[in-house]
Amino acid sequence: MFKILQAEFIAPGIKRFVIQAPRIARKQKPGQFVILRVYEEGERIPITIEKSDPARGTVNIVVQSVGKTTHLLNSLESGESIRDVVGPLGKASEIEKFGTVVVMGGGVGTAMAYPTAAALKGAGNCVISIVGARSKELVILEREMREVSDELLITTDDGTYAEKGFVTDRLRRVIDSGTKIDLVLAVGPIPMMRAVADLTRGHKIRTIVSLNPIMIDGTGMCGGCRVLIDGKSEFACVDGPEFDAHRINFDVLVQRNAMYRAAEQKSFEDFQRERESLLAKVHAEQEAECALQGAGK
Amino acid sequence: MSPTKSLNPVPIKERMKVPRQHMLEQPPLLRAANFKEVNLGYPEELARREAQRCLECAKPVCINDCPVGVNVKEFVQLIVAGDFMAAAAKIREDNVLPAITGRVCPQEDHCEGGCLLGKKVQPLGIGYLERFVADYEQQHMDRSTIRRAEPSGKRVAIVGSGPSGLTAAGDLVQKGHEVHVFEALHELGGVLVYGIPEFRLPKQIIREQIDYMRAMGVHFETNVVIGKTVTINELMEEEGFDAIFIGTGAGLPVFMGIPGEHLNGVYSANEFLTRINLMHAYEYPNFDEPMLDFRGKNVAVIGGGNTALDAIRSALRLGAGKAYVLYRRSEAEMPARKEEVKHAKEEGIEFRVLTNPIEFLSDGKGWLSGVRCMQMELGEPDASGRRRPVPIEGSEFEIPLSVAVIAIGTSANPLIQSTTPGLATNKRNYIEADPTTQRTSRKGVFAGGDIVTGSATVILAMGAGRRAAKSIHEYLTSGGW
Repeated sequence: MFKILQAEFIAPGIKRFVIQAPRIARKQKPGQFVILRVYEEGERIPITIEKSDPARGTVNIVVQSVGKTTHLLNSLESGESIRDVVGPLGKASEIEKFGTVVVMGGGVGTAMAYPTAAALKGAGNCVISIVGARSKELVILEREMREVSDELLITTDDGTYAEKGFVTDRLRRVIDSGTKIDLVLAVGPIPMMRAVADLTRGHKIRTIVSLNPIMIDGTGMCGGCRVLIDGKSEFACVDGPEFDAHRINFDVLVQRNAMYRAAEQKSFEDFQRERESLLAKVHAEQEAECALQGAGK
Repeated sequence: MSPTKSLNPVPIKERMKVPRQHMLEQPPLLRAANFKEVNLGYPEELARREAQRCLECAKPVCINDCPVGVNVKEFVQLIVAGDFMAAAAKIREDNVLPAITGRVCPQEDHCEGGCLLGKKVQPLGIGYLERFVADYEQQHMDRSTIRRAEPSGKRVAIVGSGPSGLTAAGDLVQKGHEVHVFEALHELGGVLVYGIPEFRLPKQIIREQIDYMRAMGVHFETNVVIGKTVTINELMEEEGFDAIFIGTGAGLPVFMGIPGEHLNGVYSANEFLTRINLMHAYEYPNFDEPMLDFRGKNVAVIGGGNTALDAIRSALRLGAGKAYVLYRRSEAEMPARKEEVKHAKEEGIEFRVLTNPIEFLSDGKGWLSGVRCMQMELGEPDASGRRRPVPIEGSEFEIPLSVAVIAIGTSANPLIQSTTPGLATNKRNYIEADPTTQRTSRKGVFAGGDIVTGSATVILAMGAGRRAAKSIHEYLTSGGW
């Protein structure tokens, strides 16, 4: 069991958890993720690590409510616990002095872009960050991103905050302004990463994106997270999650992510109906596990 | 105790006349629709009758042929004597997982393969007897009576809780070493849990065997990926382990490299089985992990090993309309356990041998619709000694499919090799270890099981774990390398 030390919504439907996980906290590097399982009957899902504190032994994750598991997770409060958390998984971001780097975060992807932006800044890069969200209240980590960026640009789809438009529109203007960009790092929804890749391809700007396909074990064992890179299968969990955006077959990524849509929808509908009884079950499991641990098992 | 004189009431000459006692099993049509165990075990009476068939050879081949050296003759004699708990203790001297090996060992390749009875009639049902004894022990034992060895003051880390790791852990803890087992997944048992389905090896059996090891004093920690969460060097330098055994298993699934492998509906056997076994997808929606709904549709597995059969028999239980095994050699070359092939056929699985897939076909929307195959014939023997399958020109044909499961083997997972400086590997990136001592190129680090040999069987991995435990104990007591 992994204790939740803090849990707070940082935007509607987006929650930050501070979890006690000393082993993971010691090793985590920007770009890596954890796989967690909320309760005994739960599925395993990959979740981005926002940052960690090795001294306190804590790891921060930022979770957006999408389907059953994330809604259930976001129902947990400080003082409760998560059944299993394993990591840090995946390769760390490549951090070196590239020159000028544009770091792009779309929606909750900003939480994953943040530690890499910080590390790139620390390595002496000029960091231009572009953060986008659907509307004002969904812009997250603005202060944190500002701290690690030479320039922070914000867009909202509906124009309720900062500039109206998509992050790609903003990136295009940065490119058109003649700024020499050495690297683009984009983390967000697949359509956003794909649009970024399409834009930078023409300008021959090296572009890295972080993929989040369906995963189970996260150690390379199952092959469920395979993505087509230059026509060859690679595993997002061990070969990624970051890949050269210009080599990814996005069609296959989209298609494979839709594989369980019917089941996902059914699970979510069931969850909405049975939310209270499921939460009671999760709490009972937590208490039973606490009692076991108390008994020295 | 070991009987000095045979208590077997059946005269030697009569023993061959007693037929091998059948183990009760669920009827094929019933079991093909549930995930409960196929074999139901021996009642005491059948176990004793089967045990009485043992010829009590002066030089029992069965013991030599067992990778962990179980003293078959003596434990069988104890069954004949009716002392089942003593029989269990006798097995446990050499095998800490008897309820598991009694169920999944390919006995025909080991103990039963050389059985003298088998030359004339059917070999002694050693696997069945082992299973009977282990289950009897489980029902009748009092764990509080398990004795713990005097502490040696040495600490050993075991990487992976599969068959080799559990075996090494069990042997080492009995020598008084403090043993910590690290497991990457959330559940203990490795391939026993994620790979082998409930109908062949119930999870409860694994849990009981692990609880037994806990009672022996073994410590377990789940959710630790060695090479990621903590490295081998850190285990030795920062966590104070005196020796390490690496038993991480085979690792990465091998794909075929043919067109269409990325289509929805094409699985690796590892993923297919992990969803069903570890994640309980067969109990969806009581468990959250989903599986594609292929009820009434065609499913094929590609490969002829135990993993392939586990996958296709699982598919059948999930309601597959037609369930095929596509295997490129002939049935004689099939590496699966004989009993599994027999069970699978009884359940209605269709075996298409000398059949080699060359392309997965799409429905045009990203989903699998079928597989194009070549008919093969057997040519000259290849490096494995088996006759090489050769395609017959112009023999292409298609099979409509909704799901295809690729079970053609695995390759080495590099997580530990790439994070452990000085750990020698072979050309295929498996860890190099001495075949008798299981020592690696790194002082104090031992390895065994699939991560050394490539995909093999539970019992061969256990044999490696046993050899490693012996040599780790020698290293810890002598200090010499």
